[in-house]
Amino acid sequence: MSLRAIGRQLITILLTALIGGLLGATLVRFAPGFGVQESDLNAQLSAEARQALHKEDARERNVLSYYGHYLGKLAHGDFGYSRSLNRPVMELLKDRVPDTLYSLAIGVGGGWLLGLALALPATWKRSPVYSTSAALITGVFLCVPSAVLALLFLVVGSPGRIAIALIVFPKVFRFSRNLLIKTYAEPHVLTAKARGLSGLRILGWHVFPNIAAPMLALAGVTLSLALGAAIPVEVVCDYPGLGQLAWRAALARDVPVLVSLTLVIALVTVAANSFSDLLTPAATRDVL
Amino acid sequence: MTAARWGAVALLTAVFLIALGANLFAPAPYAKQFRQDLNHSPAQLYPLGTDELGRDRLSRLLYGMRISLLLAPAAAGLSTLLASLIGGAGAYMGGAWERLTKILIDLFLSLPWLFLLLTVRALLPLDIPAVTSVIVTFALLGALGWAASARIVAATVRDLRNSEFVLQARASGCPPSRLLIRHILPNLRPILIAQFWISVPLFILTEANLGMLGLGVTEPLPSWGNLLRELENYAALTHRPWLWAPLISLVLVMSLFQFILSGEEYAS
Repeated sequence: MSLRAIGRQLITILLTALIGGLLGATLVRFAPGFGVQESDLNAQLSAEARQALHKEDARERNVLSYYGHYLGKLAHGDFGYSRSLNRPVMELLKDRVPDTLYSLAIGVGGGWLLGLALALPATWKRSPVYSTSAALITGVFLCVPSAVLALLFLVVGSPGRIAIALIVFPKVFRFSRNLLIKTYAEPHVLTAKARGLSGLRILGWHVFPNIAAPMLALAGVTLSLALGAAIPVEVVCDYPGLGQLAWRAALARDVPVLVSLTLVIALVTVAANSFSDLLTPAATRDVL
Repeated sequence: MTAARWGAVALLTAVFLIALGANLFAPAPYAKQFRQDLNHSPAQLYPLGTDELGRDRLSRLLYGMRISLLLAPAAAGLSTLLASLIGGAGAYMGGAWERLTKILIDLFLSLPWLFLLLTVRALLPLDIPAVTSVIVTFALLGALGWAASARIVAATVRDLRNSEFVLQARASGCPPSRLLIRHILPNLRPILIAQFWISVPLFILTEANLGMLGLGVTEPLPSWGNLLRELENYAALTHRPWLWAPLISLVLVMSLFQFILSGEEYAS
């Protein structure tokens, strides 16, 4: 990993934030209802006060100055104000991040555990019955919408967050199984087997170092997958996380909340993907 | 292709044909209300019962399947077209264009798919006529779902651009337009077809998720998404098992797609 590669990834993250910010500002600026002042309906305000507010608003109508203003506020951590929930967006994010992190921990952690737990025996045994059964089980979870999966967990009285793990695990299973089969067939692993090394030692010393980089790349992908699955799961199960906030904001057309969420989520996933990209050979990235 | 996969293709084609002929097979129009039979149990007149507005469930399911099964391929066509234009053109031109398209693709891929859809859908009016909501939903799926395909298309075009036969054609003075039409596109076709078929089930599933969140196709038009919303009444699921019919049909169709698309995996 060279300093140049790290620098390139940092520039990518910065560019993404900038593009995301500009995109966000554009959406807020051109969304219906921009510039409509509640103060216009306030009979207690004088005509001069209203005029002063409108003057301030008129400055915001210039797109370029609006961009500057928006990004300037963003740089100071001001994500705007939620019209539908009547609170600063920053406060809403702070309140809801822990719940989503908890969902992600269960989703990503559970998905990886389940995926690897199924993939390793599929590699070791190479039994057609086991492979077909495992492929069928993963296939079923690829066929059910995440919202329905969460609902099914509610019906049986289990935590809906497990649904995120079930959305993540087929991806982990399929990718890791293919990778493990390929690695176990490599000459150095076959030699280690022939020399009588234990299964655990082969996995830890000869297989794992080879698959670590592509698996790390998969980690970035599964984070994004889990974040996407968290939206319907949090909505259906009424978990007060970022997914539910996004859904509420979408229904209320609360553009500042949606834009801030887009920016935060894009930054988190780009940072995660960039980190894993740094440690991944280029050939692996295109197959994920 | 194995016999089992041919069987799956035949079954999927049959489902497509039934959905296509929904107006022939459905016992009633999807919006017709039988007000004397609200929430009716399955009977000869209503094979899957009626909903709380007295509409025949089977008819709504067939029409809903028609909407999802016809428009998901249309959206997949749009996304594949965008993927080939953005990913293919960027990789073909190379240099700064390639870097720019890579950033754009990475930006789109970094955002969770459903979140991106939710955000853009929210910026459009929510109280739109049902027919417009269908067009908006599937057009958004197509317009926003190109990035993953574009990455694969870009990688393929990059390989083709640097392949020996293309270099030889270029060295022989082949003009860029001829190079694209005669040498690149024919080799890209299998990738585009594969990406199209991968996108179809993904879009059906995403529409179902959007529908369950109330941001998909709006009433009275049925779609798999809004039909699944009946499952939210989970207290009724145990004594009215026919409410599972939309989910069962969705899982069946999706399984057929999965089985056909990942045949090699099942065979291994």
